Amino acid sequence: MSNRPSPPGTYDVAVVGSGPGGLQTSYCLSRLGIRHAVLSADDGPGGMFRRFPLFERLISWTHSTADVAPDTREYEAHDQNSLVADEPELRGFVSRALAEERRRPAREEMEGALAAFAEAAALPVRYGCRWESTRREPDGFALGTTDGEYRCRAAVFAVGMTDPWVPPIPGLELAHHYVNIERTPDRYRDRRVVIVGKRNSAFEVGEALSRQRIRELTLVSPRAPDLGRLARSPLRPWYLTPYDEHVRGAPGRYVLNASVERVDRTAHGFLVHAVDPTRPEPLLLEADDVIAATGFEAPIRDLPGLGAATVLDGRLPALTPFFESVTVPGLFFAGNVTQAAQGLRKHGVASVSSMVCGFRYNARILARHLAGSVFGIPVERPRVRPADVASYLLSELDTAPELAMQKGYLARVLSHTEDGTFDEGILPLEVFVDGDTDGVAATLEFDADEEIRPALYVRSRGVLRETLLPPHPQRCFHALAYRDALEELLRPLRD
Amino acid sequence: MEAAPVVERLAQLALFADLRWPELEAVAHTFEEEVFGEGQRVLRQGISGGAFYVVLEGEATVIVDGQERARLGRGDFFGEITALEGGVPVADVRADTLLRCLSLAGPQLEAMLLEHPTVAVRMLKAEARRLRDANRWS
Repeated sequence: MSNRPSPPGTYDVAVVGSGPGGLQTSYCLSRLGIRHAVLSADDGPGGMFRRFPLFERLISWTHSTADVAPDTREYEAHDQNSLVADEPELRGFVSRALAEERRRPAREEMEGALAAFAEAAALPVRYGCRWESTRREPDGFALGTTDGEYRCRAAVFAVGMTDPWVPPIPGLELAHHYVNIERTPDRYRDRRVVIVGKRNSAFEVGEALSRQRIRELTLVSPRAPDLGRLARSPLRPWYLTPYDEHVRGAPGRYVLNASVERVDRTAHGFLVHAVDPTRPEPLLLEADDVIAATGFEAPIRDLPGLGAATVLDGRLPALTPFFESVTVPGLFFAGNVTQAAQGLRKHGVASVSSMVCGFRYNARILARHLAGSVFGIPVERPRVRPADVASYLLSELDTAPELAMQKGYLARVLSHTEDGTFDEGILPLEVFVDGDTDGVAATLEFDADEEIRPALYVRSRGVLRETLLPPHPQRCFHALAYRDALEELLRPLRD
Repeated sequence: MEAAPVVERLAQLALFADLRWPELEAVAHTFEEEVFGEGQRVLRQGISGGAFYVVLEGEATVIVDGQERARLGRGDFFGEITALEGGVPVADVRADTLLRCLSLAGPQLEAMLLEHPTVAVRMLKAEARRLRDANRWS
């Protein structure tokens, strides 16, 4: 036991959690030489993938492609699930773990890849050490754990979003929540199942049950599925069989837009009372089983008591663009909950920070932000020759995985000062837009017609201008027309 | 601080005062909730993005060309012009305190107003008041 890393004591940063978010944060902090402890209640990394997703493979892709090697940065866009690293030998672990001809990893493959990464990168994770309480200190925080107290200047919580959340609907507590569903193959055979909810977990269960011999399947929640958003959602190709069958009139397959008023137990099962405001009569749904696929909350324990503001009925912490609590400085978040930082909300599209492909970059940004603004560690800001700016930005628009994965949320940012032009790295677009630095930010965005387009934000003498360039059918942005357009946009920075 | 569910807080706002319970619940589920820290910007003049917002808690300032034009508080709404008309916001909106809002992505606002005309009428009256005040002071 004495060999366990990260014993109680004083650290620059304490990271709580050993899922993808915690491991990626730890890796990035290590690269910047920030002394930190990683605390995990589980006995190994990636605990979430021992349980979720319940039935299906992940919805994010890992593609094996012959012409892009898995140990390159470019490959990250082909592999949304592997953690990212600067060293080639630490890249693409999920693609190595993936069975032949699969495009999406199974739980075990994901868990195995995370364990391999944690070991190869020698991350200082202390397993079997549960975070229990948090206290503010004059110079940071004290975290109480089952192993003792950790003091730190900044704390990063990467605790996932896997605690069941059930809305206050009378009787819904009688239902099984998604996290407690029994997975024995014949469990739902010949039964009538009502699933309350219409988001990822609801459709995942619906998809799985629709392939069993189930008698009737009804998904019900007030909000109609947003078809515009579904078109861009990774749910579409994998989980939407119940919806597809419903709209085409398959018997016993229903996707209803109605608010559930209450759930009663009956002699044979349940009666779900629902109201569709466009209909005069309430809907009465008889069911043998009711499943609450009503979502999750982040297990952030006593952090709201410390003053951390939350959003969505207390389910997520409210975050700044650098993933810091909007109300408690020094309290940071990584992993799935970074979806609470929404960015500029272009066309209502939020970041994809709820998937590994998104939050692995958020972790890198967070580590760099902590290094520069909390610990005074100089971060790399390479000088860019003015003649190279356009080529560099075009090649980033073509190949940067950060821009491809977190569209409209992350940007390549160059600052422009009297001393020259500097690469400030990948940053949340919001940080550049709301700042006052002269320079340029390049990003990829969906437009109102769901086309992917390069977007340039140029600030010269304090005046910011936004320009959306045309889409390209194969997303090749190194074409001459883009170069000419970009040179023109950059002109104010050269004059 | 945030004990009541969104639907109950919605019920207390003038904009939604004419809605009955199941309707209220349907509307509540259309909205998302967003929280901004003090000093954070919600809308940016001349830069695309944002949504239609209704203030649940906190205060914000409307700023046009660097000039403070109006203060917003609980029950006030903003972003409707861009949400309905497209284009870019014509003002900055900056959170002055912790600001808790309900938000609705642009394309969904029109659908919501058509489905719940009483909200549209309440909104129209508020717009008329804004226009009258603008004419009085200009």
